[in-house]
Amino acid sequence: MSTTNPARPAEQPQTVPVRPTRSPMSRFVVPRPLRPGQGSTLLRHLFWVAVAAAVVYFVSYGIDPFRNYQLATVAAYLCVTAGLTMLTGLNGQLSLGHGALMACGAYTVALAQNEFSDRDLFGPWRLPISLALGVLVAALAGALIGVCAARLRGPYLAGVTLAVALVVPAFTTRFADLFNADQGLSVYVDSPPAGLGPYFPPERWQAWIAIGAAMVSLLVVANLVNSRFGRSFKAVRDDEVAAKLVGIHVARTQVLAFVVSAACAGLGGGVLAVISQSVSPSVFGLTLSLNLLLAIVLGGLGSLFGAAWGALLLVLLPYLTTEVTRGFDLSPRLANKLEGNLPLAIFGLTLIVVMLVAPGGIQEAFRALGRTVRRRWRRT
Amino acid sequence: MDRFIFLTFDGLSRGAVYAAFALALVLIWRAARVVNFAQGAMAVVTAYAAYTISDAVGSYLVGFLVALVSGLALGALVERGLMRFVGHANPLNDVIVALGLVLFLTAVVGMIFGGEYRAANQPFDTSAIEVGGIPLMSRYDLFIWGTVAAIVVLLALLFTRTAVGLRMRAAAFAPEVSRLLGVNVGRMLTLGWALAAVVGAVAGVLILPTELGLHPHAMDIVFASAFAAAIVGGLDSPVGAVVGGIIVGLILSYVSGYLGAALTPVAVLVVLLAVLLLRPGGIFSSVRARTV
Repeated sequence: MSTTNPARPAEQPQTVPVRPTRSPMSRFVVPRPLRPGQGSTLLRHLFWVAVAAAVVYFVSYGIDPFRNYQLATVAAYLCVTAGLTMLTGLNGQLSLGHGALMACGAYTVALAQNEFSDRDLFGPWRLPISLALGVLVAALAGALIGVCAARLRGPYLAGVTLAVALVVPAFTTRFADLFNADQGLSVYVDSPPAGLGPYFPPERWQAWIAIGAAMVSLLVVANLVNSRFGRSFKAVRDDEVAAKLVGIHVARTQVLAFVVSAACAGLGGGVLAVISQSVSPSVFGLTLSLNLLLAIVLGGLGSLFGAAWGALLLVLLPYLTTEVTRGFDLSPRLANKLEGNLPLAIFGLTLIVVMLVAPGGIQEAFRALGRTVRRRWRRT
Repeated sequence: MDRFIFLTFDGLSRGAVYAAFALALVLIWRAARVVNFAQGAMAVVTAYAAYTISDAVGSYLVGFLVALVSGLALGALVERGLMRFVGHANPLNDVIVALGLVLFLTAVVGMIFGGEYRAANQPFDTSAIEVGGIPLMSRYDLFIWGTVAAIVVLLALLFTRTAVGLRMRAAAFAPEVSRLLGVNVGRMLTLGWALAAVVGAVAGVLILPTELGLHPHAMDIVFASAFAAAIVGGLDSPVGAVVGGIIVGLILSYVSGYLGAALTPVAVLVVLLAVLLLRPGGIFSSVRARTV
């Protein structure tokens, strides 16, 4: 049993006392009415996705453009962390290359969008096609890395994917006429559709796009995790030999996990390019990959809710530290030094402390709280 | 041809530094079965300390000694204060904690010194020594070779000729038995980390003047290259680390000389993948790697 992922209820020691055997009368008890979509995993997940989308839809009307921008960034990160937490938490493959995979998606979207504009091709279908291309390219890159990764374990895989993360600036410099080296590319993004009215803020429109992408990503990952494949992922992580003995193709399972999580990373990268309307290699460096790792560890490895917590913190923490340091009267030089680095130092420290003290992350802490409350409830 | 010879010598001195850095990784791997992903960040910290002191005092030697001492202290601190408490149930735990340390250390260095490149001055004349009209190497390259050779010889003597070295090997090889025989295994582990950090610190100080200079992320690519070197050598053998370092140094020198310096990271990735997929145990492995 792994300690990085104690976040699954099945593995928890049963703290609830054993229930008495069913009474003979129980057969006459009318079964509970079905909860929405119960019985079909897909329907249940679709229901929750629809609820979440509706909530966010109304929230996006109530907040100002900057908050909408932040919301969109959280959603873009959520695309990536959902896939990564599946890969690392459930399949046991640690990837430091997801920043690079995001770059694949982002650069593809940038090139596709600008190509469409150059050829005067306009229409509402442009962005979905660009994003789909981004996902495709990232998935192809993921398949390539995944095939190699399936033969590597633990620190070896981490080292190779670390080298992948360092390759991004090399590519953008080598093929400078395509990727424009360190300056990067600006991304042509359509204004919101005319049907939404002339004064519709573009940030809200981008937030909707990002939320939509995050919901697609979550839906795919959640369904996969609850399927036969998800169980294979966990089996391969926990014991490869045993998994092989029950007929699971280990390498194929690992490649599948890598490809799906790479596709999610590509989608997240593409959305990030749309939101920030620019791509440059410095955004997708090793630090981004480390931040993504922090996000999934902090949220709770292997948990999709944890992925959401992590994505939220990736956006909130730098924002909060900037707000706090602005409160102090710092010299511009010192403020400049603190600007990007203070959140990273806090991230690093948090990652270490969480790993040492609470390897289950935020989601596990909530679950423990829930268990305690339920136990008290039963006792009274 | 001149260019080839020049690149070969350049590759040899790069390779010497990678060899030292890879040796640091191998030392920790042998002692604790951990790949220290924070090695690069730790070397950045010690290099900043060394060059700051050396600029203030005006003596390269003092800076070099500062690198040694701060490396020793940092390595012991990281082991005693951090790595000792990491659960070993999952092999990823060590890696994740080390990566957290990378984020923390580079950010702290960035907060103190800022994110711009700082020049790291060389202690010696940089002009090349010419032999028969062909520029071969600078005095600094000679200094690099001498230092790395001294490190290798000292480590070899330590592990094969002294009681402490024997205890360290025993503690790594069979911790329980060594503990029964009176070896303080925990202290040996700390010593291993401290030694590795010293070697890493020296490598960092040596390579900085030949690269772009001091920067919080200056060691990222050096770490990846040294990791590749250690993998080429098999991660478990000090001799392999030295040979691997030289090989990787030569490959990177040729790639950056003939194809462009920007492609160095790609070359590192290709070398890593080639070795791990074709000979997972390193080029010296005789036993077949375990396949599952």
